[in-house]
Amino acid sequence: MSPQVLIDGIIAGSTIGLGAIGLTLTYAILRFANFTHGDFLAWGAYMTLTVSGFLGGLLAGLGIGDPLGPFSFGWGLPLSLLAGMALTVLLTLGLDKVLFGRLRRRGADAIIIVMASFGASMALRSLLEFIFTANPAYFTRELQIAQKIGMGMRATPDQMLTVGLTAVLVIVLHVFVTRSSTGRAMRAVSENPGLAGVYGLDVQKVIRVTWIIGAGLACFAGVMSGLLVQIRPYMGFDLLLPLFAAAILGGIGSIPGAMLGGLIIGLAEAVTVQVVGAEWRAGVAFVVLVLVLILRPSGLFGRRV
Amino acid sequence: MEYLAYGAFFLTIAMTYALICLGLNVQWGQTGLFNVGVAAFVGAGAYTSGLFTTPAVVDRLGGFDLPIWIGWIAAALVGGVLSFLVGALTIRMRTDYLAITTFGIAITLQLAFQNLEWLTGGVFGMSFIPRAFGELQGRAIAFNMSNLALSAAMVFAVYLLLQHLMRSPWGRVLRAVREDETAAQSMGKNPVSLRLQAFVLGGAIMGLAGAVQAHFIGFIAPANYLPMMTFQVWAMLIVGGSGNNWGAILGAVLVWAIWALSGSIISEVFPADQQARAASLQIVVIGVMLCLILLWRPQGILPEARTSSRHLGKRSDKGPKP
Repeated sequence: MSPQVLIDGIIAGSTIGLGAIGLTLTYAILRFANFTHGDFLAWGAYMTLTVSGFLGGLLAGLGIGDPLGPFSFGWGLPLSLLAGMALTVLLTLGLDKVLFGRLRRRGADAIIIVMASFGASMALRSLLEFIFTANPAYFTRELQIAQKIGMGMRATPDQMLTVGLTAVLVIVLHVFVTRSSTGRAMRAVSENPGLAGVYGLDVQKVIRVTWIIGAGLACFAGVMSGLLVQIRPYMGFDLLLPLFAAAILGGIGSIPGAMLGGLIIGLAEAVTVQVVGAEWRAGVAFVVLVLVLILRPSGLFGRRV
Repeated sequence: MEYLAYGAFFLTIAMTYALICLGLNVQWGQTGLFNVGVAAFVGAGAYTSGLFTTPAVVDRLGGFDLPIWIGWIAAALVGGVLSFLVGALTIRMRTDYLAITTFGIAITLQLAFQNLEWLTGGVFGMSFIPRAFGELQGRAIAFNMSNLALSAAMVFAVYLLLQHLMRSPWGRVLRAVREDETAAQSMGKNPVSLRLQAFVLGGAIMGLAGAVQAHFIGFIAPANYLPMMTFQVWAMLIVGGSGNNWGAILGAVLVWAIWALSGSIISEVFPADQQARAASLQIVVIGVMLCLILLWRPQGILPEARTSSRHLGKRSDKGPKP
C-alpha cells in the first residue's frame, strides 16, 4: 500500500466531513435524518457552475480571468462559490418553508419528515438531470500536476488548498458553536426544543442558522468535489451513505465528530480502493455504519441514540 | 387484440408491484417502520429465485434448474433472513436508523449484484429465468392472461393472509405498538420483537414479489433494482393509503399506470436523443406527488380502516358507535 492512500483519503474525507457536519446539525436540531442533504451538495456545485459560467466571460473581458498562481481556477470560482453558497442557503430555506416546516408545524412524526426528504431528494436530483443532463461537467479544463509533498506522497495545489480551507472552516465553525450565544442556543434546542422555547430562545432563528450552516458547507463540499473530481447530478446521492455513516460514526450533533468520521471513511475508502478494488468503494460506508451500530451506536462523541 | 395482451402485461407488472406494496404495508402501514431499501429485498428475492431455477450455465454458479415454486419459497426465505439481519441490528434504535441502514443495504446489494459475477452474472444479469406458463409464450394473449391470473391470485392470497393476520391478536398488538409503544409495553408486550416479526414478514413478501416479477419477465439485471424502484413503491403505498391493504393494491395499479402512461407520452413527444433527459421529469413528478400527498392527504386515497376486531365491525374516528 503506497503512502498516497493517506492523501487520497484525507481529500475524499474532507468532502465527506463537510457534508456530514450539515447533516449532523440538521439531525440534532431538526431531529430528522435528511435524505435531501446529498442533493444540496450537487445543487450547490451546479449553481456555482452556472454562476461561474456567467462570471467567467465577464472576468475574461476585464482581463482578470486567468488562473491564480499555481491553481487551476481564477477569481471567477471563489466569487461564484460565494454566490452558490447563498443560492444553496435559499434553496434549503425555501424547501424548509414549503415542506419540512409545514410538516413540523403540523406535528408530523419525524419519520414522515424523513420520507418527505426522500421524495424531495428524488425530485431535486432528477430535476438536475433534466436541466444539466447526466453528462459530467467541470469547473475548469486546466491540467494540474501533482507535486511531491514528502514521504512519497503527491498532491495538486487545488487539493492542498481545499484541504487547508476545510480545516479553517471546521475550526471557525467549532468556535462559533461552542462560544457564541447563537451556538449555545443551537445546543440548547438540540437538547430540548420545547424547553429552549420556554426559556425565550428564538427556535425559528436557530432552525434558520442550522440550515444556513448546513447549506453553506454542503455547497462548499459540492464545489470541492466538483473541482477535484467532476460534477454529476448523482454526485450528492453517491455521497449520501458516506455522509450518514460519518455523522453516525462521529456521534449525532458533534461537529468535530462528523469531520473525524468523514476523514475515517475517506481513508477507509482509499484503503479499500487499493487493497480490494475500486468497484467496492461505495460499500465501505455501509461496512463502517454496521460496525458502528454494533459496537458503539452513540458514535465517537455522541451521547445516546 | 394487441391492446388486450398489453393490458394483461401491464396489469401483471402492476400486480407484482402490488405484492411489494403489501409487503411494505406490513412494515410501514401496520408497524411504522421506514424501509428505504425496498429494491434490495426485491432484488435479493429475484436473484435467489434466478439462481435456483435457471438451467446450468458455465460462467456463474448454478443454475440448479429447479421448479419455479421452489424459487418462490427460497426468495421469500432470503427476503426474510435479510430483513431479520437488518432489523436485528437497528430496530431497537431510533426509527431513522432503520431508514439509513436499509438505504445502505440497498446500495451495498446493488454493488454485489454488479460485482459478484460468479454469483449474479454481473452487469449483464441473469437471463433464461423460466417463465410461468412458458409453453404459451408464442401466444401473447394466452401467455399474458395466464400470468395475470397467476399474479392476481398471489396478490389475493397474500392479501387474505395479511387481512387475517391484521385482525388477529398479533395484528392488534402490532398496531398498539405503533400507536403507543409505552402503553403496549406496560401491557407486557415486547415492542422490539413484534416490530422485528413484522419487518421480517414484510421482507419475505418483498422477496417473493421479486421472484414473481423475475419469473414473469424472464430476465433480471442490477439496473432493475435501483433506488428508483424503492421510490416508486413508496409513492404507490402513500398514494393508495398506507395501513390499508386495498389501498396498497390500488396505489400500485394507479402509480404504475401514471408511470407507464407518462413514459409512453415522453417517447411519443420527445426526440430519441432527449428521451433519457425527459424521463427524469417522470421522477420529478412522482417525487413532488409524494411530497404533496404527505402534506395534504397523508392518509392516501383509501385511509386505514380502524377496526379492532372483525366481530366488533368498523370503528369511526369519532368514537364507538352507539
